[in-house]
Amino acid sequence: MTVIRFLKTIFLMEFVVGLLMALKEMFKEKKTINYPYEKGSLSPRYRGEHALRRYPSGEERCIACKLCEAVCPAQAITIESTEREDGSRKTTRYDIDMLKCIYCGLCQESCPVDAIVQGPNFEFATETREELYYNKKKLLDNGDRWEEVLAKNIRLDKPYR
Amino acid sequence: MEYISIFLNELYKIAFILVPVLVSVALAVWLDRRIWGAVQKRKGPNVVGPFGLLQTVADALKYIFKEIIIPASSDKVVFVLAPIVTMTLALVAWAVIPFSNELVLADINVGILYLFAVSSLGVYGIIMGGWASNSKYPFLGAIRSAAQMVSYEVSIGIIIINVLLCVGSLNLRDIVNAQQDLWYVVPLFPMFVVFFISALAETNRPPFDLPEAEAELVSGYQTEYSGMMYAMFWLGEYANILLMCAMGSVLFLGGWLPPLDIYPLNIIPAPIWMILKILFLFFLFALVKAIVPRYRYDQLMRLGWKIFLPFSLFYVVLTASFLFYFEKLPTKIF
Repeated sequence: MTVIRFLKTIFLMEFVVGLLMALKEMFKEKKTINYPYEKGSLSPRYRGEHALRRYPSGEERCIACKLCEAVCPAQAITIESTEREDGSRKTTRYDIDMLKCIYCGLCQESCPVDAIVQGPNFEFATETREELYYNKKKLLDNGDRWEEVLAKNIRLDKPYR
Repeated sequence: MEYISIFLNELYKIAFILVPVLVSVALAVWLDRRIWGAVQKRKGPNVVGPFGLLQTVADALKYIFKEIIIPASSDKVVFVLAPIVTMTLALVAWAVIPFSNELVLADINVGILYLFAVSSLGVYGIIMGGWASNSKYPFLGAIRSAAQMVSYEVSIGIIIINVLLCVGSLNLRDIVNAQQDLWYVVPLFPMFVVFFISALAETNRPPFDLPEAEAELVSGYQTEYSGMMYAMFWLGEYANILLMCAMGSVLFLGGWLPPLDIYPLNIIPAPIWMILKILFLFFLFALVKAIVPRYRYDQLMRLGWKIFLPFSLFYVVLTASFLFYFEKLPTKIF
């Protein structure tokens, strides 16, 4: 036993085995991706940047029930509402402080009309803090931009809710 | 007038060796990172330029534009001098490396001694940097580095004696030409292994990167350096690694000689063979970096003094007796 061990030591067996192993691993498939050019897959439940959705007619979904404002654990959402001429209740202000937000997804869970959702976008870093105080316009724009993906994600996740 | 033309001629020759060396140092850093990444199944730097080849250039540009901070309590002259010494010594040694039978800047008769002397001086840059920083971690790193480099210098010296016994000349060109029939890696294989490991220790590469052990010493003697001064340490280090690879290929792998003197191999120009051999050794250096954990300090010293030194001394005796008994001692007098 000790003789074998001695021989292994002087012939640097473990080192040679390690070198061969390293050579073998070098040509295997890489585990990393070229991030800005390739992206990893995201679950339909991924909780990224917020968006306010519209109905296909162009009408805002949000009915200003303020459930999201109430449920938000970080108190990042501020909503003000008024009655429109047609008698429906709509928001005049819908702000999310993305710096306070903890991306828990409770606003999306609580929304009865699937108006506020969290989309797959996670690349919304900005240069100033002010740009991360999202207002209603920014959120609706997000909704318009991501609508296709958002609708698909909601459809895919429906059976599990 | 004549002096000026001689001076310019020499300058031209020096530029002819320095520019390729600096470019290959930049490529070596890139290759090192790519191989390291590949072993860990990462892609490695691949964005700047084709295959990321210009990554080092981008890094160097970044270092140039960074502020050089000289600590208030440091010895300023020595502090500034240290990276310059490191880099100059690493580059100066390239003068004697032969790339073919004719292509050598300084064909001096004590080439190997010069190489050995310059690479020993390399430790001064590190000691100066560590001492002049006047701070804990650089000081500890420099002390470790000095002890380590001095220890492995000794075994490298004795390994070189092995080769010199077979050649009978200190000229690097003669050393290569003596390997025409058989590369010394075959009869002196154990010495080649010991040389390779000593070269790792000599250039502070893992597993012997104790002087800059980031877990214990932040980054050793480089801790207080920033900007271009840091980059010069870093370039010097890689130039030293390439130098050790060149030394290994001259001493053991037959320098610019093709493996077999047959048709398709011997039409490839000599410098290409030299570069291929340097690359092969560098590839091994990079692989070793990826697979080994760092040695403990006492293990490092034990390996150097208690194993490599007696072993290479024993091999000197073995080589000498073999050459003497079979009357193969080199008779050529230079």
